[in-house]
Amino acid sequence: MTDSLHLWLIPILPLIGTAINGFFGKRFSRQTVAAVALTFCGLAFAMALYVTARISSLELPHTELLAHWIRSGQFMVNFDFYLDQLTLVMLLVVTGVGLLIHIYSVGYMWEEGGFYRFFSYLNLFMFFMLTLVLAGNYLQMFIGWEGVGLASYLLIGFWFTKDSAASAGKKAFIVNRIGDFGFLIALFLMIKHLGSLNFTDVFSAVAKYPVETAGFGLLTSIGLLLMVGAAGKSAQVPLYVWLPDAMEGPTPVSALIHAATMVTAGVYMVARSHAIFNHAPNALTVVAVVGTLTALFAATIGVAQTDIKKVLAYSTVSQLGYMFMACGVAAYSAGIFHLMTHAFFKGLLFLAAGSVIHAVGGEQDMRKMGGLRQYIPVTFATMATATLAIAGIPGFAGFFSKDEILLHAYEANPIYWVLGVFTAFLTSFYMFRLLFLTFFGEYRGAGAEGSHGGGHGHGEQDHGHGMPHESPMIMLVPLMILAMLSVIGGWVWFGGVFEHFMAPVFGGGEGAATREAVSKTLEFTLMGVSTIAAFLGWFLALFLYVRNPALPQEIASALGGFYEAVVHKYYVDEFYTTLFVKPLVDGSTRILWHGVDQGVIDAAVNDTADGARHLSDAARQMQSGNLRSYAGWVAAGGALVLAYMVWMGVR
Amino acid sequence: MLHLVLFLVFGAICVAGAINLLAQKHPISSALSLVVVMASLAVEYLLLGAEFVAAVQVIVYAGAVMVLFVFVIMLLNAGEEERTSGSRIALLLGVPGVLAGGLLVAWVLIRHSGGNAVALGALPGFPKTIGNLLFHEFLLPFEVTSILVLIAIMGAVVLASRPEAQEPARKEN
Amino acid sequence: MVPTSYYLILSGILFSCGVIGFLIKRNIITIFMSIELMLNGVNLSFVAFAAQWHHLSGQVFVFFVMVVAAAEAAVGLAIIIAVFRTRETLNVDQVNLLKL
Repeated sequence: MTDSLHLWLIPILPLIGTAINGFFGKRFSRQTVAAVALTFCGLAFAMALYVTARISSLELPHTELLAHWIRSGQFMVNFDFYLDQLTLVMLLVVTGVGLLIHIYSVGYMWEEGGFYRFFSYLNLFMFFMLTLVLAGNYLQMFIGWEGVGLASYLLIGFWFTKDSAASAGKKAFIVNRIGDFGFLIALFLMIKHLGSLNFTDVFSAVAKYPVETAGFGLLTSIGLLLMVGAAGKSAQVPLYVWLPDAMEGPTPVSALIHAATMVTAGVYMVARSHAIFNHAPNALTVVAVVGTLTALFAATIGVAQTDIKKVLAYSTVSQLGYMFMACGVAAYSAGIFHLMTHAFFKGLLFLAAGSVIHAVGGEQDMRKMGGLRQYIPVTFATMATATLAIAGIPGFAGFFSKDEILLHAYEANPIYWVLGVFTAFLTSFYMFRLLFLTFFGEYRGAGAEGSHGGGHGHGEQDHGHGMPHESPMIMLVPLMILAMLSVIGGWVWFGGVFEHFMAPVFGGGEGAATREAVSKTLEFTLMGVSTIAAFLGWFLALFLYVRNPALPQEIASALGGFYEAVVHKYYVDEFYTTLFVKPLVDGSTRILWHGVDQGVIDAAVNDTADGARHLSDAARQMQSGNLRSYAGWVAAGGALVLAYMVWMGVR
Repeated sequence: MLHLVLFLVFGAICVAGAINLLAQKHPISSALSLVVVMASLAVEYLLLGAEFVAAVQVIVYAGAVMVLFVFVIMLLNAGEEERTSGSRIALLLGVPGVLAGGLLVAWVLIRHSGGNAVALGALPGFPKTIGNLLFHEFLLPFEVTSILVLIAIMGAVVLASRPEAQEPARKEN
Repeated sequence: MVPTSYYLILSGILFSCGVIGFLIKRNIITIFMSIELMLNGVNLSFVAFAAQWHHLSGQVFVFFVMVVAAAEAAVGLAIIIAVFRTRETLNVDQVNLLKL
């Protein structure tokens, strides 16, 4: 066994940052709080780099035991860490992008109240996410899983005095919980049938099982339940509803948690459990179908949104769908690759959107923006880079990852490919729509007046400056770094570098249906088609939003009811409310609150008191002050005593 | 034989007086019935040979206490009793209770009396013997009761005196 | 020869009449007289037992009872007079409040 890398330090460092900022942050100056948070996050990143440097000398997978935890008969779970190439990729993404977002947040949140609280929560999130990524067993991963849900709740509801923010936080947590339930059942099944939750043990146990091609065997059930958990955490249909609402949180939170890292936990988990899924093709099919449908569904909604962050939120859901599609066709490395590039360009998109919102003084409605190109050029440049990346324009990061997924999807089933390409077209369209609406045309905002910088401010920066202004350097530098990564991040695919790197993790054990690799010509044809789709989307957006700005409104009115439905997200939220939320709340109110709490528990106490009062009221009647009543009682009592004595004597 | 007849006669007078006390509405009539009861009781004592007790009964009880009662009735000008509703409990619980208790005791006495009988003038209670007892064995109770009477006199004087002299209804010490 | 139990029954009757009088009557003085009746009944039983067992202390006790009864009557009537001065009534049903 190679000597220890002290992997436990990586999660613990942000935890220390959380503790310091959490307990003492109120008394620190902003500079100190920021310094503490950035230091510990930076240290975690440094450690990740150190691990990267040492990776070649290690025998992978590398496990480290920190402490014993549960020991119950034959069942054992410890605090241990698991390092392989997959972990390394996730580690670098989480700590790297996390550090950049931390830096950005210092600038973004500078004027906000609760500064120390924000960074405490942010570091807390890092701790849980790193625990999740480095975990060596499912239970520890579940701790991280739940913990990031908690951090997400805390950060979404950061401005907790706002009703919508608090509700959004609650919604996120509750919907996550539903997924977690599936995850838990999967864990229980693993404990019962496989006897362990440790990765190495589970994967070697699973290898002994046959591939379940028909019906619902054990592994299929575990796989499906894990997918339920992943659907909750990674916002897939039907548990995606929390992600758009999560935009109530500050923009750096949206970038970090709801784009780059937390929502990818589901993908990571599915990739990690590839051994199980490879033995359960039915579960894999479900994963692929869910992913594809989600990608398409969310993209259609994203087309009609007017809030800049909501567009990005639905885009995230859609891109996550792509990742699940990839995992579903057993192209795990492609899915992880897309996860990495997505972290870059989606993180960048959110941060740039935050910069835009900051520039226009809190406004988030794209209809009130426009022509910002000249005011905030750096932001524009970086956002444009990210848009090119996500649209899949050749040369940029998104192109490589998306194409790889589409290729493998075609190999599995052409239908996936068709839907995927159409979704890519839509993605390109709505992203360029966002770009054009925000940065091109005439400025439609209220910035000219000065005092009231737009009323939509979700508590975001509300400067009330005259015209839009560029963000400070501390916010722009992370944007630029991420822009660079969005360009070069995809180039690791050349020569199959990335795939070879990930091969020891995923290669071998491809129990999924074998398919012939497509020929090179077909590969290039497919690539060409998706590129054309991307450009089509670009030109359509150009046509509709730059050349003929009046046209979109006419189309919308022409489509009438269907358009309304799309704008209202197909009324899914309303459907869920009627079907689940309202009955639950009503039932709880009527049965649990009025019925049990008031009717039984409170009533028991109150009625006991009332009963005592009634009893004493009745007894009080005896004390009338009337001499003759007293005499009557005495006489009766005396007779009783006499009777008793006689009875005793006679016995 | 004579004993029994005398007993029954005076016993009947006693009971009649007692019932009359209950039946009369005017207190003065009840007081006079009580005098009758006491007088017949004195005869009963005589039948049992308790001469001193009988004499004291007439002198003290019938002669002093009842006179006091009559004085007070006349002082307060007590009229006929009004029928106020008063207490239901007293009638519902008390009277049956008393009757039950009384009947029970009577039953016990009759069943388990053991047939003890007293003769006419069974135990002569001469003043001399009683006086002997009083001043020898029962000296302490005798002295204590005399003090008791003293206190009672003082208390009665204080309680019944006119309000201008001291506060009314001061509790007897 | 009269059985002692006869005397005791007579005593019991007197006592019961006294109690019933206490319960029925509304005039405080009449109630007081019922108490005296009870005492008399008890006195009779004392004397009867004294005669049965040839023990004179029974009669001596009767003597004491009478003394106490006399004292009690004196004080009680004084109290009745005092109460009458404030409440203006001899009806015991109307004297049922501690407060004036």
